[in-house]
Formats: sequence, C-alpha cells, structure tokens
Amino acid sequence: MISPLGWLIIWIGILFDILGTVGLIRFPDVYNRLQASTKCVTLGTFGIMIGIFLLKGFSPMGIKALICGAFLLLTSPVAAHALMRGSLHFGQKMWKGTVIDQYGVEKLGGAQIEKED
Amino acid sequence: MRYLIFFSIGAGLWLLLTLTLRIDTLIAGAVVVILASIIFGGYFTGRPVKFLQPHRIIWFIIYIPFFIWYMLKANIDVAYRVLHPGRPIKPGIVKIRTTLKTDIAKVFLANSITLTPGTMTCDIDGEFLYIHWIWVQSEDITEASKIIAQPFEIFLRRIFE
Repeated sequence: MISPLGWLIIWIGILFDILGTVGLIRFPDVYNRLQASTKCVTLGTFGIMIGIFLLKGFSPMGIKALICGAFLLLTSPVAAHALMRGSLHFGQKMWKGTVIDQYGVEKLGGAQIEKED
Repeated sequence: MRYLIFFSIGAGLWLLLTLTLRIDTLIAGAVVVILASIIFGGYFTGRPVKFLQPHRIIWFIIYIPFFIWYMLKANIDVAYRVLHPGRPIKPGIVKIRTTLKTDIAKVFLANSITLTPGTMTCDIDGEFLYIHWIWVQSEDITEASKIIAQPFEIFLRRIFE
C-alpha cells in the first residue's frame, strides 16, 4: 500500500518541478520568476523527498531524505528572499504591468517600474 | 549553555545523517560540529527551555498540516497562472504590519509567507514587512496585513511567543 503512494507523491513532485520551470520561462520579470520557481520547486523537491521516505521507510536513505526535506523547507525561502532583496538593491526594474512598488518608493527613492513604451 | 545545546543538536543531526558509529566519521563530525557551535552558537536562542513546553509543541504539530495545505494551494495557484493562456498577473510590492515581536517568529512568518499563495517577502524592517504580491488585492496596509499575515500569526504567536 505504501509503495504506490510513495511513487504517486514522487510523480506529483516532478510535475510541480516542471510547472515551476515553465513559470521561469513564461513570467516577465525576475520577481515573478522567483515566485514561480521558489514555490513550485520547493514543494516539488519536498514531495520527491517524502516519496523516497515512504518507499524506503526508516532505513539510512529514508532518514536522510526526511532530513533533507526539512532543511529544504527552512533554507529555500531564505535563499529566494536574499535573491529578491539583492535584485531590488541592484536596480533591476519591475515589469511594466506592475501596479504598486512601496519598497522602491520608501527605500530606493522612487518606484522601480519599467517605463511603458 | 547555549553552545552546549547547539552542540548536542548538531551532533544528533550528524548521527542521524550518517547512521554509523565508525571512528573516522565520528571524529570528522565532532570537528565540524565544534567549529559550527563556536561560530554560530552565540546566535542561538537564549531560553531554549521555552521551546520544550508542551503547548508550544502541540501548536507546532497542528501548524505543520495547515502549512502544507497552504503550500499545496500556492502551487495550484502558480500552476493556474502559468498554464492560463492570458497569463493573469498583476504584481506589486505592498507593505504590511505584523504584531509578532521576537526575531525567530518573524523569520518563520517571512518563510511561511514566501511559500504560500502569490506572496513573497522582500525585506523586514522592524514591525513592517515588504511583500511582493503576484495579484495585488489591496494596497491598504491594514487590509493587506489581514489577508497575508493573519492566518499565520494566530499560530506563530502561540508557538514562539
């Protein structure tokens, strides 16, 4: 019973990984791309880890997969946050359809939005 | 004291990761964990006993399925925006106010916001958080705080404060 469930979770994880990659191509600027890739790739890889744990049980490999999943959940948002703050301070402009930029107005002296052309 | 607790957590993680008792892995692990606790032990929480109180652990266990449910919702949301031919996005950065006080609670709030539907933390400044929102529903600070942060604050306040 556990084995098909594990494979199912692994395949769902791979599906979300692929969707995250498609988002990386389709979205217009670095901030929206980070949104898509962070969410989908974190849950996708976490799903693969949980699937491996269900397939292997409390063996060395299963426990390692579980610990890797927990660390992934803790570290991946922090990495995305650092990338996003870095690109804001580097001066990367936001897509022209952006409706509001309070961070730029308050911290960087003016909204960091691309001009309409 | 906090160095000692940091050391024992690190040693426990190392033993779980390697799952052997060979002398060379033990020596390598000891060197790494001692170095790590000398460097990072000072940043560790000042009152570790606080996190062993049973009601905090029970709230944390309730928080995990809630959080995974929100993560699933976030992914279905992103999948919808990615696969929709019209690419329905209306992004923007809004500012919200949090009522949480301690640093660790704010870190968990920022991480939870990043992994949940359409929102992502850009920066923390005191009690204000700057959030990149893929579909801006409200530019008002109180209303945005209510939509984005409130579901997590209820749990995190009981776990960490």
